[in-house]
Amino acid sequence: MTFIPISPNERDAMLKTVGVKSLDDLFDAIPKKHRFPKLDLPPALTEMEAAAHLSEMAQTNENVREHMISFLGAGAYNHYVPSVVDHMLRRGEFYTAYTPYQPEISQGTLQAIFEYQSLMTNLTGMEVSNASHYDGATATAEAVSLAYAQFRGKRKKIVISPTVHPQYREVIQTYSQGMGLEKVGDDESANAEAGPEALMSHVDESTMLVVVQYPDFFGRIHDYTKLIEDAHAKGALVCIVANPTALIMLKTPAEMGADIVVGEAQPFGIPLWYGGPYLGFFTTKKSYVHKMAGRLIGETVDSRGQRAYVLTLTAREQHIKRERATSNICTNQGLLALASALYMSTLGKTGLQQVANLCYQKAHYAASELSKIDGCDLCFDEPFFHEFVLCCPKPASEVNEYLLEHGIFGGYDLGQDYSSLQNHLLIAVTEMNSKQEIDTLVEVLKEMSHE
Amino acid sequence: MNKTGGTIVEPTIFELSSPGRLGVRMPASDVPETALPQKNFLRSELPLPELAEVDVVRHYMRLSKFNYSVDGGFYPLGSCTMKYNPKINEDTCRYPGFLYTHPLQPIETVQGNLALVYELQEWLKEISGFAGITLQPAAGAHGEFAGVLIMHAYHKSRNDTKRTKMLIPDAAHGTNPASAGLLGMSVVTIPSDARGNVDLKALEAACDDTVVGMMLTNPNTLGMFDENIEKVVKLVHDCGGLMYGDGANLNALLGIVRPGDLGFDVMHFNLHKTFSVPHGGGGPGSGPVGVSAQLADFLPAPLVGVVEEAEDDVPPLYGFVTPKHTIGRMKAFHGHFGGGLVRAYTYIAMHGPDGLKDISQYAVLNANYLQARLRDTYKIPYDRICMHEFVAEGQFEGSDVRALDIAKRLMDYNFHPPTNYFPLIVHEALMIEPTETENKDTLDRFADALIKIAEEAKSQPDLLHNAPSTTEFGRMDEVKAARELVLCCWLPENYETMK
Ligand SMILES: Cc1ncc(COP(=O)(O)O)c(C=O)c1O
Repeated sequence: MTFIPISPNERDAMLKTVGVKSLDDLFDAIPKKHRFPKLDLPPALTEMEAAAHLSEMAQTNENVREHMISFLGAGAYNHYVPSVVDHMLRRGEFYTAYTPYQPEISQGTLQAIFEYQSLMTNLTGMEVSNASHYDGATATAEAVSLAYAQFRGKRKKIVISPTVHPQYREVIQTYSQGMGLEKVGDDESANAEAGPEALMSHVDESTMLVVVQYPDFFGRIHDYTKLIEDAHAKGALVCIVANPTALIMLKTPAEMGADIVVGEAQPFGIPLWYGGPYLGFFTTKKSYVHKMAGRLIGETVDSRGQRAYVLTLTAREQHIKRERATSNICTNQGLLALASALYMSTLGKTGLQQVANLCYQKAHYAASELSKIDGCDLCFDEPFFHEFVLCCPKPASEVNEYLLEHGIFGGYDLGQDYSSLQNHLLIAVTEMNSKQEIDTLVEVLKEMSHE
Repeated sequence: MNKTGGTIVEPTIFELSSPGRLGVRMPASDVPETALPQKNFLRSELPLPELAEVDVVRHYMRLSKFNYSVDGGFYPLGSCTMKYNPKINEDTCRYPGFLYTHPLQPIETVQGNLALVYELQEWLKEISGFAGITLQPAAGAHGEFAGVLIMHAYHKSRNDTKRTKMLIPDAAHGTNPASAGLLGMSVVTIPSDARGNVDLKALEAACDDTVVGMMLTNPNTLGMFDENIEKVVKLVHDCGGLMYGDGANLNALLGIVRPGDLGFDVMHFNLHKTFSVPHGGGGPGSGPVGVSAQLADFLPAPLVGVVEEAEDDVPPLYGFVTPKHTIGRMKAFHGHFGGGLVRAYTYIAMHGPDGLKDISQYAVLNANYLQARLRDTYKIPYDRICMHEFVAEGQFEGSDVRALDIAKRLMDYNFHPPTNYFPLIVHEALMIEPTETENKDTLDRFADALIKIAEEAKSQPDLLHNAPSTTEFGRMDEVKAARELVLCCWLPENYETMK
């Protein structure tokens, strides 16, 4: 009866109004032989016991704030979240409401998400943003659906860079099973180390979409302007999967001419949380808005002449279009869109620039110190932001084991996804990594290379 | 900037911005400086707001007050299970061990997380009667997509390639046909009969060897448990199809019946409905999928499993496993762990088997009580014992009042309206789901308000047409929003020189 506010007397009175004798009598429609199964579950815990039990489970983990020095990134980043963010998220008015179907009593959510859309368009330089997607990977898969719908299935080829996040490419594979697509560019034989030029040979008049990442999965910053020009000349659309922290500093994808810019906004105010829930952002040009999936909030006025916000262009969505909808998304990531809006607002332009600069500075210090170690080299010459590939004298899995013994998560072992990169560690550095942590990493790796 | 011309109630965060104002600051760099990349790699401007912390707090506080919420009042939004969300969930999901673990850490360092996922998998299997489960999908619709992919993969693995038809009742939620549509399946709509059950004759006629399966919500969106469920399942199975259960309405069935026992082959859960993950103003949700034994090999990868068995004093080692014929990955990393799975785990742990049954019994009692109180005033087109929700008609003979007007008028009585215009098979539908976390007084006040509104509809219909009148905002010009399509705002044009 933990959260049920009904007394036995009230229950009996209610049963009488309904016209049945007992609670069990409400379930006559259910096949008798399957009715009221005995569930084999642990007995109920009180709040105090549940808190203790979960706290113990949580403490079984080694976390990156209290126990470990971490240089793991690869799609999820350890950033500082200003205190304000969670204080506002914990307002019941925000987190215990649902999708703002009734705009008269949902202007808090509606205006906050409208502002989120505005922040994302200003960050990417694009013209419209939707209200959110599940995560960066599903947002990327939805970009494929947009392109597919745009060409009404007449173009069926997508060109994907091998340096798009491997898991994002897997999700595109899963999502596009019903489309009969031809996917090229990222197969086993592709040279993952090549730059964007290498993709161009695949792009032709049957190509609907080119997908690249910025900075790419190896942390490299490419200017995609030329690639996009060439792809456009063939009539194809281009989607850039972008890291929002990097966008604070770098040339916008819009300036390069991108048609769709998506990505993972977890770095903006969302805890690591062992991988989710995160926040997929999706921005594009206004001309594609009718093909875009997901919720969209627009400005209007109410009956009293006040400025207000509503869910708009809902005719694109599943509840109207049903089997002809381009996406089936319904519940999205509302509260996390609010989190990222809070993050951007609280840090503001200056704070965000400080975060980006710290990431850049610390990553470059780390790269420069690490590359001085015997046998360790930076794998690429291209400029990078806060993530880079270190080529080690031993398999990355062994390096990571050694580092783990010294309390360090060394980086992402690229050999897991790229057979030619067995000795390669993808190292991410953020404002959370002190110089001392970086120096410790360098020291431990030096020791290792001397052993 | 105010493109649509309305008076401003609360300025946007961009309008509140002032050049040079500072928010939270970051520490100075503690490493030697590196030059930035060449200029052609950098952006020329960053047109984002500048505010002080207090400006931000006041802005969002004011916005929050414009919202109706479960914490603030009764929210009987049918099909959404807007139950009270226990506050302890908000604490447990923020324990540092959960908040600060990276999804790519070595498994040895996240055994707490993996044990939680594993146990939750086992619990949900027990609750639903399924043999396998994935916790990866991000929401109900995402789970549906995974489920439909699994059904597709199963038939394909048997070289049964002519199956392209998905049977879906007319009362179904839009995500069901949309999910089938994503795989290019054709949707065959099956009507409901006069008692709100699947029309068996129509179903029988549609069943042939081109059927992928049937997507059924049970109890359905009328709140009716299908009285012929075993016959429905048999018809679909006999033609070689699979039964998909839309588990959005599982709040009626905990400890009452297990969908797996009824013969369903696949089902998604909505942890944000049944298991008290808060709805967040529109997510994040969580949409695990359970499957029968014959489909377990097709589940999305990876799942959490035991990779080294327990021995004497040593606990088992949990890790990731890939099902043999997996449909692939539905999203990056491992599902909505922190915000979804930890909260649902906390909730189930605090209920146990008897507590779970209480939830469904009282959810069903509350719905039936409201239905009984409203029966004489509102037409209930499918009038029998309902499950956790029921659908009434929001219209009266000889009146031009519509369900929308009734919904808006309820706001003047301080209630969130029910779902309206869904399911599509009821005219002017008002779909009412009280959940188990409301007391009798609240239900009585709500019933009284609806009865009063029915009177007003006759005596003062304009009260309804013009409602709401006591809320901060009135009805919206939705046409203007769609026509003018103002989808974002910017800093004012003269921003740098202002203030
Ligand atoms: C019956 C039904 N099915 C499916 C869904 C989709 O679930 P979600 O919004 O979590 O994607 C919903 C909820 O909105 C629903 O009510």
